[in-house]
Formats: sequence, structure tokens, C-alpha cells
Amino acid sequence: MIETRGLRKSFRSRAGRETKTVDAVRGVDLDVAKGEIFGFLGPNGAGKTTTLRMLATLIEPDGGEATIAGADLRKDPAEVRRRIGYVPQGGSTWDESTAREELVLHARMYGISKADAQRRAARALDAFQLTEYADRTCKTYSGGQRRRVEIALGIIHEPKIVFLDEPTTGLDPQSRAHMWDEIRRLRADGMTVFITTHYLDEADALCDRIAIMDNGEVVAEGTPTELKREISGDVVLVGLDLAATPQAAQTLDGEPYVNKLETVDEGGLRLYVDEGATAIPQVLRRLDHAGLELRSIELHRPSLDDVFLTKTGRSLRES
Amino acid sequence: MKFARDTWLIFQRQTQLLLRNPVWVFVGVFQPVMYLLLFAPLLKPALNAPTQAAAYKIFVPGLLVLLAIFGGLFQGFGLIAELRAGVIERSRVTPISRLALLLGRSLRDVVSLMVQAVIITLLALIFDLRVFIGDLLLAYLMLALIALMTSAVSYGVALKVKSEDALAPLMNTVAQPVLLLSGILLPLTFAPGWLQGIANWNPFSWAVDGTRALFAGDLGSDKVWQGLSITAVLAALGVYWAARQFARSVR
Repeated sequence: MIETRGLRKSFRSRAGRETKTVDAVRGVDLDVAKGEIFGFLGPNGAGKTTTLRMLATLIEPDGGEATIAGADLRKDPAEVRRRIGYVPQGGSTWDESTAREELVLHARMYGISKADAQRRAARALDAFQLTEYADRTCKTYSGGQRRRVEIALGIIHEPKIVFLDEPTTGLDPQSRAHMWDEIRRLRADGMTVFITTHYLDEADALCDRIAIMDNGEVVAEGTPTELKREISGDVVLVGLDLAATPQAAQTLDGEPYVNKLETVDEGGLRLYVDEGATAIPQVLRRLDHAGLELRSIELHRPSLDDVFLTKTGRSLRES
Repeated sequence: MKFARDTWLIFQRQTQLLLRNPVWVFVGVFQPVMYLLLFAPLLKPALNAPTQAAAYKIFVPGLLVLLAIFGGLFQGFGLIAELRAGVIERSRVTPISRLALLLGRSLRDVVSLMVQAVIITLLALIFDLRVFIGDLLLAYLMLALIALMTSAVSYGVALKVKSEDALAPLMNTVAQPVLLLSGILLPLTFAPGWLQGIANWNPFSWAVDGTRALFAGDLGSDKVWQGLSITAVLAALGVYWAARQFARSVR
């Protein structure tokens, strides 16, 4: 459904007299299959939104190619527009309009007749449980209601692909769970859904496949399970005082069962091991021998954050 | 066909939103009426006009041109609000004609100016202003062209600067010399030679002269066709430039 090769974009920014070129996206290759929820995960400023805006025809790439729903992005953006829906991050509704007016207008912008637009609007309002508020102005809506209107706008013309930029940012947990259901419903209707997110749990729970983006590049791609499996084994978190951390690192580094060892900034170690259950007693014994007191020890299965950490050298939560 | 339909779609939407906010209609009429009631009476002695009606014949056309210039130039603020709300971005991912996004909005501005102009003309009739209907319609055409140009330019600039903080001083800086050099409030016949020389370079000065000639019933005056041609060319250039801004990638 989406195929990109070497998609690039840089921006020139001016600070005082100097012009600086920022490579926002440096050669992105993506393959998104029909009917999947594809997640674009990365910290703010990683280039997710820029990539999405290129795919949605809003900014022109500097280089590379892309085919979207069978249309060539560079040669025929007008055709791409007809086949995709796009829901921007910062909202897209006008305070003084009602949801129904917005939906009818938006459908008509696609060349749909007035009568058909009204039918579609009514159906969308119903599907997104908005009928009750349909004729109130958008400024009276809650955050979750407004986001649902925006998603409804994005799919009013029944696109093959819908791009959702950070669809759950700023929503309370309940609206968020609700939004996940809506997005799954789009997939059930046969649509391909492309979302960006900086929430790990969202990527993990919602997406069929994800690409992790950092610093303008895709650093990993696969199903959440595959990506987590790439980090073989378990992670043991050893809580230590800051002062004791270097010595503990020295003690444990080179132990045969430790695949990789990292120090945690606020004190403590992160150990990548094949099997946590057998590693923990050995860790305890070694530290005890060395006379080092530990504050806590935790075992956890690798998360997408660990994937991010191993690929980029920093935690997604920190960035 | 598609273009006409798209333009109509945007025009309808913008008009509907304008009507929903009647405060604008009120403000748009209140200010010129104040000029008409509180400023115009000073003009008869100042202009040495034989009658109040003669003073109005000079002042009302200037006032209408003033409205067309200012009404248009400040439309960009609405567009910045729309940019911020994401409405423009949402439009840009649809296949709607880019020119229609501009023209639908500008035509709304032209129509709302026409409504203002008609109200003011009717009020001026009470004060004994008399104009031939044909001349008046041509004067309205001139006003429409001015408003089309200033509103299109304002939208184009708004797309470029993207912030009210930049747009407001910019538009004021442009509008002030344009206003002073167009002889809108007082005819430039009183101006010293050097000032008239500069004013000759101000296209709005030609528009004001043309509109005044029409109000004076002087259809055959060169000023009429000169004013109309200059504003028509400027309107075309303004729309062309602004349409390019709409077609380019904007946030």
C-alpha cells in the first residue's frame, strides 16, 4: 500500500546570520501492507511528522520516491490526495462550525455531491457516536469528541489509507482506549492505517508492525514481537547507589551470562542476559562477594523502549 | 466547472461563518457611518463646497475606497486563525482547487464590502447625495476590484508570515502611506506639487479620482477608465501572486 525508497527532506533554518541545514528525514524506506496498522514510533523531532506530511502530499520531498495506494507521490500527488485521508496532529476543525457542517464540507471538497455528502456525514456521525452533538459548534466538544470528528473527517471519502498523526496525544486514558478501538475498527473495515506515536504502549498494543525512527532515519522495523525478540533474553535491572555503580559494573562485566551491560545514570545497572531466572542468583552472589549492597533487583521482559535503547543508545522516555 | 464549483463551495462556507457572527457586520457598518455623521459635516466649509451634497460627492467615494482597502488588507487575520486551527491543512490534502481556496474567500470579502457600500450609499442619499445608477454600478465595480486585490494580497502575506504579530504592523505600515497619499480624506488638489508627484505613483490615488469622477456623473472623464484599468491590472496581479502562495506548500 505504501512503498517508499530513500525519501529525504531537509529544512533550512536561520539563526541570526547563519543558515543551517537540518536534515529532518534522511532516506526512509518503508513497506506498508494493505489492511495493517503501521506505527511510526520515535521521540519528538525524530522526523515522523515530516515523513507523514511528505506522504500526505503536504510537503515536497527533496529526494527519493514513494508509491501510495498505487499512485506515484512525486508525479501524481493529486491522485494520491484522492486515495488517502490525513488527520493532522494539531486538530483540523473550526470552532464556530458544527461537526455535521465540517463533514459535509470536507466530503464536498473531494467532489462528492451535496446529497451524498450529507448521507456520508450522517453515517460517520453515527459510527463515531457523535450524532447527539452533531449540530453543536466544535468549540463545545471535549478533546475526545473533537478528535473523533477529526478522524471522521479523514475517512469521509473512504480512502484506502488513512494517516493519523499522534492520534491520542493529549487525550485522557479512557478516550485513548476508545480511540484505539476506533482505529482497530478502521482496520476491520479494510483500511490501511498509518499512525505516528511517541507512546511505547500504544505502538505495542495497537500496531501490527512498527518502524522506529530516530534522528531522521528508520533504525528498526518489524512486528513489536519480532523487535523485542531481537533483543535476546531478558533484562535485569540492578538498583545500586551511585557511588557503588562503577565497582559493580567492573565486577559483573565479563561474567559469562551477561551479554551486555549498561550503567543507569541515576545509579544502577542494566544487564542483558539470556535467562533472567538463572542469572539473578549469580548476580546476587557476585555482588555479595564484592561487598556491594544493592537496593533492588528487577527482572523484565524486553520492552520496545529496550529496543529503542539498544538501537539508539538512549531511552525513548528520556528523549 | 470543477473550479467554479470549488470556489462556490468555499464562498458559501465563508459567508455562512461570517453571517453567524453578526458582530462583524455591525462593526463594518458602524465605523463608516461615524465618518459620515461626525466627519463629513466638517467638509463643506473645509472644501469650500457650495452645498452639503457637493461635499458628500467628494467624501463618500473616498470613504468607500478606504473601506475597500482596509476591509481587504485585514482579512489575512482570519486566515491565520484558520491556519492555526488546521483548517487550511485539512483543505490542502483534498483535491480541491488551490485557486478556489483563495478566490472563495476573496469573493466573500468582495460581497461583504458591497453590502457595506450599499448601506453607506443609501445613508448618504438621506443627506441629499445623488448619483446616476449606471455611474454608481461602475464605481462599485472599481471598489470590488480594489477589495479583491487587497484581500488576496492580505491572504498571500498571511500565508507567508503565518503570525498575527507580523501581519498587523506590516499591513498598518502599508496602509498608512497608501491612505495619506490617495487623497481619500481630503482631495489632493490642495497638496503641494511634490506631494502630488508622489501621489501620482499611488495606484489608489487613481482609483479614488476615478470613483469621484463617477460620483460626480463625469462618465467621460479620463480618470474613470484610468482608475478602472489600473485597479483591474492590480487585482489580477494580486490574485495571481496570492494564488501562487496557496499552491505552494504551506503549513
